[in-house]
Amino acid sequence: MKKKRRISFSTVYLALGLVIIYLPIALVILYSFNESKISSVWGGFSLKWYRTLFADKAMFQALGNSLILGLSSSLAAGVVGTLGAVGFDRVRPRSRRLIEYLTSLPLMTPEIILGMVFMAFFGMLGIPFGMGTLILSHTTFCIPYVFMLVQARLVGMDRSLAEAARDLGAGERQVFFTITLPLLLPAIVSGMLLSFAMSLDDVIISLFVTGVNVNTLPIKVYTALKTGVTPEINALCTLLLAATLLLVGLSMLWSKISRLTGSGR
Amino acid sequence: MSQTILQLQNIEKSFDGTPVLRGISLDAAAGEFITLLGSSGCGKTTTLRIIAGLECPDAGRVLLEGRDVTGTPPEKRDVNTVFQNYALFPHMTVAANIGYSLKLRRRPNEEIAKAVAQALELVQLTGYENRMPAQLSGGQKQRVAIARALVNRPRVLLLDEPLGALDLQLRRQMQLELKALQQQLGITFIYITHDQEEALTMSDRIAVMRDGQFVQIGTPAQVYDEPRTSFVARFVGSANILQGTVVAAEGGLVAARVAGCPVCARAGQTEFLPGQPIALALRSEQVDFAPEGSGIPAVVKEKSFAGGMLRIALELPDGSRLVVSRHGIDQSLAPGQKLCVRWAPEAAVPVEVDD
Repeated sequence: MKKKRRISFSTVYLALGLVIIYLPIALVILYSFNESKISSVWGGFSLKWYRTLFADKAMFQALGNSLILGLSSSLAAGVVGTLGAVGFDRVRPRSRRLIEYLTSLPLMTPEIILGMVFMAFFGMLGIPFGMGTLILSHTTFCIPYVFMLVQARLVGMDRSLAEAARDLGAGERQVFFTITLPLLLPAIVSGMLLSFAMSLDDVIISLFVTGVNVNTLPIKVYTALKTGVTPEINALCTLLLAATLLLVGLSMLWSKISRLTGSGR
Repeated sequence: MSQTILQLQNIEKSFDGTPVLRGISLDAAAGEFITLLGSSGCGKTTTLRIIAGLECPDAGRVLLEGRDVTGTPPEKRDVNTVFQNYALFPHMTVAANIGYSLKLRRRPNEEIAKAVAQALELVQLTGYENRMPAQLSGGQKQRVAIARALVNRPRVLLLDEPLGALDLQLRRQMQLELKALQQQLGITFIYITHDQEEALTMSDRIAVMRDGQFVQIGTPAQVYDEPRTSFVARFVGSANILQGTVVAAEGGLVAARVAGCPVCARAGQTEFLPGQPIALALRSEQVDFAPEGSGIPAVVKEKSFAGGMLRIALELPDGSRLVVSRHGIDQSLAPGQKLCVRWAPEAAVPVEVDD
């Protein structure tokens, strides 16, 4: 006897949710292959907008700037955030709470305020606006992400591991490089990936601190929107989406590998 | 067993104003197996950490082979530790864990591989080189931790309740293996446990600890048969403590009144004066039943059967309790029944009351 299949309410609800989330994305991908110039009209399949995109020098320069900015600020945040978390680990419990608040404050401060603060600060010091100020400000707002992830991992880390290493003859620096750092690596890498993503899509802070001649990709897209959307933007979004999926896939692979080798706990 | 390897001299340590160690001293000879026995919080682990160099004492000195190492960092001491939770490096293979200390000393790879293989053979884990710690059972992790601590052949090996997390059967087996290993290598072991049976089985000497002090240091036989204080008597072999008054002392024996009845105990080296209060430690298995009219009268309060022993709780005329244990099940005893007890004079040991 065949069992009658019933579609439950929760299944419908889930499907509806997924459609609402993914339909706009699917539409953007679909329309990036649209021949017609008007977004809402389907004019047949074409790679025309990809060609336009690849011919757009300014767009690629903006992408290049964004990548340089994302890489350097996530690297800098990775180093500073990790060192900060390791140092914080040795702070006496009394001062811990205050430092914890201070480091998480930038996460809660509205970006527009951060942007204004950065602008005023760099202006006051007379630092010329451009890539330098972009990297400085992006590094600053990325540090808390690395700090928090690394610190959480340090809290969960077995203290006796470092003690065992010292007992076996390792000096403090050797303990850091052979025990602490390898065990923190998954947290550092995810903190840096998060920082990279945060840096890559930041518009507000970047608008305040960028110079006249440095465009990052989000700023470029944002200004393009003001002058009117061309399907070229759809093609760009599709490519970025593909890149994001690739990164997510890589980070999942990474965590799987580190779990297998036992360093992920 | 004559040369002194490790000396602790009046070590004191407190954490946030709370004293944890109140002036402890200990001499350990080469190749000796010393157990620090005590309940949790008595300062055993702190003592071990001070020997390892992971804590610095507030006062006192640690001497290793006659050299003062009180301020020497742990990496510069010829002492290794087996941690309570094993503390294996989760991101390294078994071989890398064991070879870690050799690698730090920049020994050639072949030498490291050979030493690792030897250490694994010692703990009977040959062939496990490439496993990760997460793939090992509790007992195997324990063996790796021991191999890692032994690979350098330290002068002293510190073990912090190494068998605490293992099940009873494995524990028994590991006790024997550890003891055999210690005798084979001739390394001084400082071993921590709260299990008195483990301490009695393995040690050359036992240091009974309480509230940051050594209450008694002696061979298992000394600690078991001649407990110095009531705490030691109760902790090592759960003895009865009876309070009484001295009547007379002569010829190595002391006569006393306990619960209004005359009893005898061994006096040892102590001087006793008539009228002086005395506490006697008496093991439950050394109490005999006596015919009616002799010994001390008692009433059966309850009986329970555990671990192959029948435990009978008695009440003496003065209201104090006396536990008697017997092999097998005796059906003839019932709560409320009256009987008499006695013991051989040498079974009762005068102790100092400290608990």
